[in-house]
Amino acid sequence: MSLDRRQFLGLGAAAAGVALAPGLHLIDLVQARSPEDKVNALTRWGLLIDTVKCADCEACVTACHEENGVTGHNRPATDAQWIRKVGLRDKRTGHVQTLPLMCQHCESPPCVDVCPTGASFKRADGIVLVDKHICIGCRYCMMACPYKARSFIHEAVTDQKPDVPRGKGTVESCTLCVHRVDRGQIPACVEACTKDGGQAMVFGDLNDRDSEIHKRLRSEPSSQIRPDLALNTGVRYQGL
Amino acid sequence: MSEMKRRVFVLCAMLAVAGGSLFAPVHAADPKPVGRVPSPTVKIEKGEKCVEPTDVIRRDHMKFILHQRDETMHRGIRTTKHSLKNCIDCHADPKTNSVLGKDGFCESCHRYAAVSMDCFECHSPAPRKQTGGANTSAAHAPGSAP
Ligand code: HEC
Ligand code: HEC
Ligand code: HEC
Repeated sequence: MSLDRRQFLGLGAAAAGVALAPGLHLIDLVQARSPEDKVNALTRWGLLIDTVKCADCEACVTACHEENGVTGHNRPATDAQWIRKVGLRDKRTGHVQTLPLMCQHCESPPCVDVCPTGASFKRADGIVLVDKHICIGCRYCMMACPYKARSFIHEAVTDQKPDVPRGKGTVESCTLCVHRVDRGQIPACVEACTKDGGQAMVFGDLNDRDSEIHKRLRSEPSSQIRPDLALNTGVRYQGL
Repeated sequence: MSEMKRRVFVLCAMLAVAGGSLFAPVHAADPKPVGRVPSPTVKIEKGEKCVEPTDVIRRDHMKFILHQRDETMHRGIRTTKHSLKNCIDCHADPKTNSVLGKDGFCESCHRYAAVSMDCFECHSPAPRKQTGGANTSAAHAPGSAP
């Protein structure tokens, strides 16, 4: 999506946003959509992560896995992982940088391209999801994802969160906390980073010119991971 | 069961149904299997009435839920009426905190009708904690007999 098109859409979204809910705090409640309205492409949810502020902590990871009931069996090779901290070390200077990596919510997601059943899909508002009702567990999407963002559930699951059903034989990944976003909350990782971490993450509508994320993206430098793949990720980074 | 006993039982059952509101707190309609005929445990724990008329929900609940599933999953529609989470919030047994189990609302009837489904391999059979708060207390003696 070119910036022009995004700006154009942004105008529409901003107008709708104002009409719906004047004066709402941008970070907490980005746009009020009532439960009976379907999601639409006026909104495109995204994240901006400032790696300079990203502290040496795991607050986002812990919060994500707590919120979504993602538990493991102490088997790192196969345990599900919706978000992980990645460390980058400059070989010459030894300078270490960390960043959280999760599903990048691509505009052109390779996982969706390869899915044989249509289980991998992108919602109109840009959130890339697995419809586990249709997923057959073939794991093509896991191979296609350049970010290694998806996990397969190898074993039966119990004690799921009512908001986050999970079960054996299906693939899953970061949902941008779709169940929270749909009720006007921000993703758990962002909330935790703001409260207990380095205040490095911002969540918002990439199309909304009045949102903090849009303002920052248009006034400050930012980058995508693997921009060469031209996936137009919804998750952007600063300070890389 | 002797013939006499049986007659008395049937009479009592009829009385119980007729005087529904009188017998309400003891859940008079909780059917004990008569003879060797099994029957599902349909215990209503919470709420005045269902989200649809009882005969409609009994027959068509799967249609509502499956429709809702696709609406929520793909279109982000989060109405509560036909939401599976909502069914569970009302129908979970406060003692077991679940709609499953031998006498669990969903499972006992599905066992009875030989319906097998995989929904609860992923979906939690427990009610949500946020909503209503006191979901787990057994203090919800419904005022109306089923
Ligand atoms: C492999 C895991 C899995 C199985 C099996 C599964 N679901 Fe789901 N279901 C999900 C996920 C994941 C969601 C999305 C949750 C969200 O975004 O809130 C969901 C959402 C739903 C929703 C919308 C949310 C709600 O509670 O109203 C309904 C309805 C639903 N499923 C019904 C079913 C039914 C009926 C079955 C059985 C026929 C079933 N599901 C089996 C994983 C599963
Ligand atoms: C507000 C609480 C509430 C919610 C939410 C609710 N129910 Fe009910 N349900 C009831 C009550 C009360 C009854 C008993 C009605 C009666 O006896 O006439 C009932 C009856 C039923 C019955 C008939 C049982 C019988 O007597 O054979 C079925 C099946 C059922 N519900 C399924 C569902 C499903 C599926 C959902 C979700 C789509 C749901 N219910 C949501 C309260 C609720
Ligand atoms: C009064 C008995 C009864 C109760 C109580 C009941 N069900 Fe059912 N349910 C059935 C029957 C019978 C079928 C199968 C109908 C058919 O195959 O045509 C069924 C089928 C279903 C299906 C479709 C399964 C599939 O894979 O196609 C779903 C989903 C379902 N029920 C959910 C629920 C939930 C959730 C509850 C508890 C809130 C519940 N039911 C309570 C009788 C009941």
